[in-house]
Amino acid sequence: MHLFRWTRGKGRGTSTDTLGESLFQWFSTLIALGVVGVLVLIAIVLFFEAEASIRAFGWSFLGGTVWNPQPPLLFGAFPFVYGTLVTSALALLFGVPISLGIAIFLSELAPPWIRIPLTYVVELLAAVPSVVYGLWGIFVLAPVMRTAIEPFLQGTLGFLPIFQGTPIGLDKLSAGVILAIMIIPTISSVSREAFLAVPDSQREAALSLGATRWETTRLAVLRYARAGIFGAVILGLGRAVGETMAVTMTIGNKNVISVSLFDQGQTIASWIANNFTEAETPLELSAFIELGLVLMLMSLIINIFARLMVARVLRRGEGAA
Amino acid sequence: MATPSEDLELLKRRSGGPSRIRIVVAVIAVAVVLIAVGVLTGWFSQQPTTILGAGATFPYPLIAKWANVYNSTDANVRVNYQGIGSGGGITQIAAKTVDFAASDAPLKASERSAAPGLLHIPETIGSVTGAYNLLDTNGQAVPSGLNLTGAVLADIYLGRITTWNHANISALNPTVALPGRTIQVVHRSDSSGTTFVWTSYLHVSSSAWNSNLVGKSISWPVGLAGKGNTGVAGVVLQTPDSIGYVELAYTVQNSMKVAKIQNPAGKWILPTLPSTAAAAAAAPTLPSPSGDWFNVTILNAAGDTSYPISTLTYLLVYKELNTIGTSMTQVKAKALVDFLWWCIHDGQSYSADLAYPTLPAALVTLDEGAIRSITYNGVALHS
Amino acid sequence: MKLPLDRDTWRHWIDVAMGVAAFVCVVIAIIPLGSILLEACIRGLQSLSPALLTSTTGAGGIVNSIQGTLILILLSALVSLPVGILTGIYLAEFGKNRLGAGVRFFVEVMTQVPSMVVGIFVYSLVFELGLIGLGSPRLVFSTISGVLALSTIMVPFVARTSEEALRLVPIAVRESSLALGIPRYRTILRVVVPSASSALVTGGLLGIARVAGETAPLLVTAFGNNDWFRGLDQPIESLPHTIYVWATGPYVAQNQAAWGVSLVLVVMMLGLSIVSRVVIRLRSVSR
Repeated sequence: MHLFRWTRGKGRGTSTDTLGESLFQWFSTLIALGVVGVLVLIAIVLFFEAEASIRAFGWSFLGGTVWNPQPPLLFGAFPFVYGTLVTSALALLFGVPISLGIAIFLSELAPPWIRIPLTYVVELLAAVPSVVYGLWGIFVLAPVMRTAIEPFLQGTLGFLPIFQGTPIGLDKLSAGVILAIMIIPTISSVSREAFLAVPDSQREAALSLGATRWETTRLAVLRYARAGIFGAVILGLGRAVGETMAVTMTIGNKNVISVSLFDQGQTIASWIANNFTEAETPLELSAFIELGLVLMLMSLIINIFARLMVARVLRRGEGAA
Repeated sequence: MATPSEDLELLKRRSGGPSRIRIVVAVIAVAVVLIAVGVLTGWFSQQPTTILGAGATFPYPLIAKWANVYNSTDANVRVNYQGIGSGGGITQIAAKTVDFAASDAPLKASERSAAPGLLHIPETIGSVTGAYNLLDTNGQAVPSGLNLTGAVLADIYLGRITTWNHANISALNPTVALPGRTIQVVHRSDSSGTTFVWTSYLHVSSSAWNSNLVGKSISWPVGLAGKGNTGVAGVVLQTPDSIGYVELAYTVQNSMKVAKIQNPAGKWILPTLPSTAAAAAAAPTLPSPSGDWFNVTILNAAGDTSYPISTLTYLLVYKELNTIGTSMTQVKAKALVDFLWWCIHDGQSYSADLAYPTLPAALVTLDEGAIRSITYNGVALHS
Repeated sequence: MKLPLDRDTWRHWIDVAMGVAAFVCVVIAIIPLGSILLEACIRGLQSLSPALLTSTTGAGGIVNSIQGTLILILLSALVSLPVGILTGIYLAEFGKNRLGAGVRFFVEVMTQVPSMVVGIFVYSLVFELGLIGLGSPRLVFSTISGVLALSTIMVPFVARTSEEALRLVPIAVRESSLALGIPRYRTILRVVVPSASSALVTGGLLGIARVAGETAPLLVTAFGNNDWFRGLDQPIESLPHTIYVWATGPYVAQNQAAWGVSLVLVVMMLGLSIVSRVVIRLRSVSR
């Protein structure tokens, strides 16, 4: 019989088998540890290269506002951290409500026949490369922002300092909008998973008490999946801080800190993308790498936090089911 | 209840069977296609010698043209030039990750000590223009020829003059219906020799432009940023009411509107091929190629027709090519030297079409001396 | 106090309004996608010509970018797929203990390292290794460098999708194989992996599609080249890099052409995901 062909001549529990067993297990373990080793290597190499800058500036690097490649060499990360925080905050501001709306629609409200195609379409948003978003940002979004949206905002809410200045179209606001679009697939898909983890008993209980569909969603699903939604939002934030190409093509590339959203800015990733190959002195190169380290730590902390939240809600969902 | 033979079939199918073979076949097919593509594109045949250069975007259109033409005339050599900015070029040649660099700004003392043994070889001349994108009060595009002085430009870039119809600008242009809108200033975001030339000019034209605002990369008081000459040109073209400094070749190729600048002779000069060539013809005495070029400038060149914001632009090459290290070979060194020789002779015939003047004879002679002095392991490469 | 509207009617209208709002959110999200595809088709198709597709970027075409992207993603896949799938096997089969949990955590963390940081990491690593004699500092701008960067991004992604794929195989399959006396490693290699093969292939293809669109790390590793691929130690052009350079340039014709290049890239990536779905369907049909 065919089955026994696999074990013919080897049998059970022979030394060859045990060798193959442990060999394979050790081999795959080694590879897996190697992958983790690469992460450790990233940290080591980055710290090693950034050492000169860390030693030269210490903690004041984070608060420094000047990036001067001429003597006296002075490098500070604050304008880039500021730009990263502002664009990410805008991304969340615009992206979270829309993502939640999509998640609610797809998991609670949509008829089954439309669910799968629409899910696929939303996922397509994630498949568009960052550089293509940047291209769209420069030639489609920026003119619309410059000629329609930003003047409108300035006309109606121009007394607010965030809407002052001359609208160019390539500014923090546009970068924030594009980031929002890019993180929608992330937030909506993780939120949907959180919604799916809500046991039907919760929904049924609400419905049986006479709640409308929206009320069911609000009372049973959203409340139950709170932690998961929060985790999804933080995951989206983690993606937004690391985004490079779309931001560097739409943010205007100016190393200043300003309140107005219509002013140009710079994020950590976009600054590295622009000027890394032009670092004139070893200290400047080291400062760029320290900046990369700051970005990596920001992203890691955000993502670890998010995954803990998401894992918690998914576990709770399984437990209660 | 499943029979043993059905179980067997199920298990056999789960174990892969024909579909696994399909996947293996697919992988082999892809590999065959790749190899075929590789062979067709000469991957496995005689490898040509590749020369890598990086640096200024200022001469990029010309050097890219040279690379293209040279690649097609000599099948054994490939020249690859990436425009990452003068500062980038200097950094990469100092790190020896490229074979030659290009920069509009000559090396300063700290750069010369970081990368000793570099020769300055001027390969062409260019002008930095003030390019603008402006509609007058009647909605008509303001054509080329707006009169501006270095002092006015300095004030614009300092943020002291903020509107187009400011008294200083309208005094120089009484016939132009300048609007009252804000001037959108554009500058470079990367480390740039073009910036060095522009800021040097503003420094000599205006006492308000301090010497700490001169350099390849400065702390700009106002303005939007663009990466490379292409970036600034792009931002100016896409942003209404803007003004930026852009190398002549880019403004010609994109039909951009450029300003007339007043030269020391008092004339208002448009940046053109002849006016740039006139500035270069009045070139001062130049140091030897291995010397210090930091004070070399053709700004405010003498002559009625000279454009005041012109500059030489340099190829930076190590005099002793084995400085580059193991990636440099005798064959590559010879190829590089031959390419440089071609650039300053045959290559100059491509300059005019791209709006770069040809090198004057004196500069060609200087460059020939420089190229003849390049050695590999002590042996001169060009007789 | 009597409300102007009956409370239940009010609740009904809020329900309707919220449903509409949720639907509007979906529409808002689809608008940019539609706009991008529309612009890519309209502006892109205009600029896609046989000349564009057969000449190199030095002459205004993109054939070397296409070649470069293919070489980069295939070499990265060659490195990343075995490593990633083996890691996924480890996590799914042997990773139930604390060590496995730790490895899983770090692999997840690795999927989130910003791609720009991966780029400067590879630049620094190759440069330092070059300085001490392994290779040369020149290799920072080379195909090898680009492949290293893309692999670093791809491996954790493939590891994660592979683990999920292997987890989908029911425990009963493993148990029945073990019950027949087949050793564990053969069970994994000959029973579990093949039955998850379509999901594994999908994960691999999705990983490839993802790195095909990466630009940021290539800016400091692969660098760019106006010519055909000339060796693993030479810089190499890629489609996303060409899009970036052409989009930010001042030549309007080039800006338009960037849309055409985007179309080519998106078609390539869509092709990969379609192939992966076809493979799934083929597998389930053969079952």
